[in-house]
Amino acid sequence: MDKLFNGFLALIACNVFVILFLMLYKILEGARLSLQTYGFSFFWGASWEPFPPTPDMQPSFGVLPLIQGTLVTSAMALLLATPISLGIGLTLSEFSPKRLNFLVSFLVELLAAIPSVIYGLWGIFILIPFLQNHIYPALQATFGFIPLFQESIRGPCVLTGSIVLAVMIIPTISAISRDVFAAVPDSQREAIIALGATRWETARMVMSYARSGVIGAIILGLGRAVGETMAITMVIGNSFNLFNSLFDPSYTLASIIANEFTEASSPPVYISALIEVGLVLFVLNLAINAFAIVIVWQTMKRVKGS
Amino acid sequence: MVLLSYVALIIALIPLMNILIETTIRGVSAINLSFFTEQIPPLGQAGGGVGPAIQGTLIVVGLASLVGVPVGVFSGIFLAEFRNTKLTYVSRYLNDVLSGIPSIVIGIFSWIIIVTIIGWSVIAGAFALAIMMIPIVTRTTEEAILLVPITIKEAALALGIPRWKTTLTIVLRNAKKGMITGILLSMARVTGETAPLLLTILGSRFWFGGFTEPSAALSLTIFNFSQSPYSTVDWPRAWGAALVLILMILGINVMVRYYTREKYG
Amino acid sequence: MSYKIEIEDLNAWFNAKKVLKDIYMKIPEKAVTAIIGPSGCGKTTLIRCINRMHELSPGGKVSGRVLLNGENIYAKDVDPVIIRRKVGMVFQKPNPFPMMSVYDNVAAGLKLTGLNDKSKLDEIVEKSLKLTSLWEEVKNELHKSGASLSGGQQQRLCIARALAVEPEVILMDEPTSALDPLASAKIEQLIRRLSKKYTIIIVTHNMQQAARVSDFTGFLYLGELVEFDETKKIFENPKTELTEKYITGEFG
Repeated sequence: MDKLFNGFLALIACNVFVILFLMLYKILEGARLSLQTYGFSFFWGASWEPFPPTPDMQPSFGVLPLIQGTLVTSAMALLLATPISLGIGLTLSEFSPKRLNFLVSFLVELLAAIPSVIYGLWGIFILIPFLQNHIYPALQATFGFIPLFQESIRGPCVLTGSIVLAVMIIPTISAISRDVFAAVPDSQREAIIALGATRWETARMVMSYARSGVIGAIILGLGRAVGETMAITMVIGNSFNLFNSLFDPSYTLASIIANEFTEASSPPVYISALIEVGLVLFVLNLAINAFAIVIVWQTMKRVKGS
Repeated sequence: MVLLSYVALIIALIPLMNILIETTIRGVSAINLSFFTEQIPPLGQAGGGVGPAIQGTLIVVGLASLVGVPVGVFSGIFLAEFRNTKLTYVSRYLNDVLSGIPSIVIGIFSWIIIVTIIGWSVIAGAFALAIMMIPIVTRTTEEAILLVPITIKEAALALGIPRWKTTLTIVLRNAKKGMITGILLSMARVTGETAPLLLTILGSRFWFGGFTEPSAALSLTIFNFSQSPYSTVDWPRAWGAALVLILMILGINVMVRYYTREKYG
Repeated sequence: MSYKIEIEDLNAWFNAKKVLKDIYMKIPEKAVTAIIGPSGCGKTTLIRCINRMHELSPGGKVSGRVLLNGENIYAKDVDPVIIRRKVGMVFQKPNPFPMMSVYDNVAAGLKLTGLNDKSKLDEIVEKSLKLTSLWEEVKNELHKSGASLSGGQQQRLCIARALAVEPEVILMDEPTSALDPLASAKIEQLIRRLSKKYTIIIVTHNMQQAARVSDFTGFLYLGELVEFDETKKIFENPKTELTEKYITGEFG
């Protein structure tokens, strides 16, 4: 009976193998037509023409602008979110009294619990008008000499997308960094405090002790940002172009799937191209996460072990 | 510099507070009784409600839980009971990988597996959400079981109770609280999902019409109304639906916090 | 005799539990003072009150006065950070910073004080490592992680780290309890040598160790200072029955 039960458990626990394998296999299969038709030009191309203007032309698909939009918004989101998240992680593990921690952890969890589509709604109707009227003109006036801040200001744009993504990944990075900070042994804190370190200097030591875990947390945040769909779709402007300015609208890998998938019934290569976009996103995300999880795990093990 | 850390916290909480306040203010004015009971009107048309969206969300999440919860719970038991086998390590690792996969990719997968065969349907949506629930339930079940003192388990084993029975009764009973927390949180998480539903249940304006039919969902309704050009009729409805969705999700979160409160004293 | 530290009417708590009761104690300068007593008697708490570490423990609270060079370290306008630079501490388990090299471990406290002059740092690091007899053993591995040393070396590294900031007092909380006898003996010799220059307070539950290294000994029992005198007198001619019973090993 025990053997039977254990076998049953092991079988069920294998669900992840089946799911991930099938997912990779099926998506590869779905993208095959596009992979064969476009090869590498799919990655370097910058045109998205499912329905060419004249009937004698072939549809063309190249995702460079999507990759640009995805990577730039994600990277900027990390730049904005990392200092804030580390501050929160430190507050929770080092500075704030235990009783306050309960409330603050709950609020940060709520930030993570709010659905993407509601961040998008908030982005469209509240954040964009605010940024467009108050913040962006000031930014342009101050940094207008840099090309990234030139050109006419658009509400839905790269910068707006980055800001919304930043808000959304703050809970991820703060929660993991709090955990790795909290895992730093107290004997390390006492050692530096006894040398006459201030609270801030102690916190810096904690960060340096847990730095690889912090890097893991940041990379996991990146993974989340890259795959984020609805909110960014609603605020980035969905314009298929390589952009020059942070005030330009853009498009991401995930957004184009959300916007076009349900209407892409024909030609067959169109849906296959969209599935290939999904494949790119999948592989990108796998690479990021597979790496980050290992880092976080190893840090936790090392930190707790010593 | 310590002060700066608190400032970081406050900066992060501003959007949260702003979202909660704005959604409440803007949402409340759109809500009345018929908002819950009537079908979804076409864009730009006054009247109607979001009844089918609430119904659709509940059905899809419920159906997803029927699959996702047991699979997750048993996987979690496996990971907790067999701490150090190779299979456990790989399985735990892939579980974490799976929980990080973008929901839109899971949407595409569900589309290929289900929609291409039976069409846009509640089943396809539930399939996608179940895949998202499994890793969360697995992880929290594992953690909950690991918190059960080993002495309780040994006491049961020493009484001659077989291992499988000990696990299913004594261990699970003691881990119940943590497991329910995880299950509820995973449900809260998928209740707000939009992207995978877009590719599976498609959206609809009508009441539930069967498991193989397209369906409405709150998140899709919010998205559709937010994209409408009719600012006076449809935008308030988007906020109303957002308020209902937030209340459902916050409700679950507050419940969970209340339920687990004593753990933190 | 001049006193480096004078403890007056010191009380300490963990939450509602009082762990030190009305301690009065005068600790002589440039000598080794040992605090002995059964575990749980408040020895560690007592020395953690001398560098204001006790108040950082969860639920830790202190009342009373601790005078360092005649000035109360618990006075309102005193910054505990400054006190901790004057009063160094060595812990029960060696706790070098594993992410730092041997060199950086010793320099850690100096860098906190803002010293960045490389040649000056080199000089102090070498001096501190020589004081702890570690220099010959590690001078070719200064860049290696502090965690790569043996347990005894790690503890001497921690002592060097404490010495580098030139403290006036060094507190040692059972510094040899995690070490083997040979490594312990080295630390004890080191303590004797350092006592010529520093005021040292060492907590130990090893009575032979107290007898070997200290000039003065205080016996602490259930949070009260039962007896405090020259080590010789405590061990040869204790005044109270309780002390006698403890040092003859009847309990503890």
